[in-house]
Amino acid sequence: MNAEELKGLKANQTVDARGTACPGPLLAAKKAIGDIESGEIMEILSSDEGTKHDIPKWCQKMEHEFLGIVEEDSYSRLFLKKA
Amino acid sequence: MDIEFEKQLEALKKQVGKLEKGRKDKMTLVVFSGELDKLMAAMIIATGATAMDMEVRLFFTFWATSALRDPKKSVKGKNFISKMFGCMLPKGAKKVKLSKMHMGGMGKAMLEGLMKKKGVKTLPELFQIAGELGVEINVCEMSMDLMGFKKEELIDYPKMTICGVGTFLSDAEESKIQLFI
Repeated sequence: MNAEELKGLKANQTVDARGTACPGPLLAAKKAIGDIESGEIMEILSSDEGTKHDIPKWCQKMEHEFLGIVEEDSYSRLFLKKA
Repeated sequence: MDIEFEKQLEALKKQVGKLEKGRKDKMTLVVFSGELDKLMAAMIIATGATAMDMEVRLFFTFWATSALRDPKKSVKGKNFISKMFGCMLPKGAKKVKLSKMHMGGMGKAMLEGLMKKKGVKTLPELFQIAGELGVEINVCEMSMDLMGFKKEELIDYPKMTICGVGTFLSDAEESKIQLFI
């Protein structure tokens, strides 16, 4: 999905992991994914650069669908669909 | 006869497939080093692996066992050498040194300042998180014995067992990832 499409998405769950370093965002994502249903959308906010590589890999392993990244000024928004 | 055999094979394949799917990946780390930086690496990998849905076991041995000591607890009845070891080795995760640039504690203080600023968890916090995430800690009995540490002076940790190399080997054998830190 491109940035415009992603911006138009309504996330069922938003995880704000800004200000935490590795492995904070990953652990926050893992914790929050349990609260949503299969097929729902989750958005992760992270200011940690590494997260942009970690979350897609995590999705691959957990079989969630990684939708893409929207860059904001001081953080990134990562979108995924729960398997 | 052949048809019967094929049927059995098909059933077996299905069963194996189910088992494979239901099996959790495992990771076993040997945590040998007693320095802050190396222990942090071990604990970050351990907690991260739980997010990857892995079962994690840490085998604490030699210098790393010092980090499991609880500074609030003390044990009586130790002999002179054990007492000396107890004094000379860091008492708990807060007291461990850096492997490089420690500079009498100045380097460590600077690093801890940076960690706080950048939202990196401290070592005691990482132990707490690991406990909550179900990371198992196995402590080498022989190391404890050598250094004169007793079970009663270790931190309260949900899944902690004192054991030997056999436990590590059997855990490592069924793990996809094994690391020595």
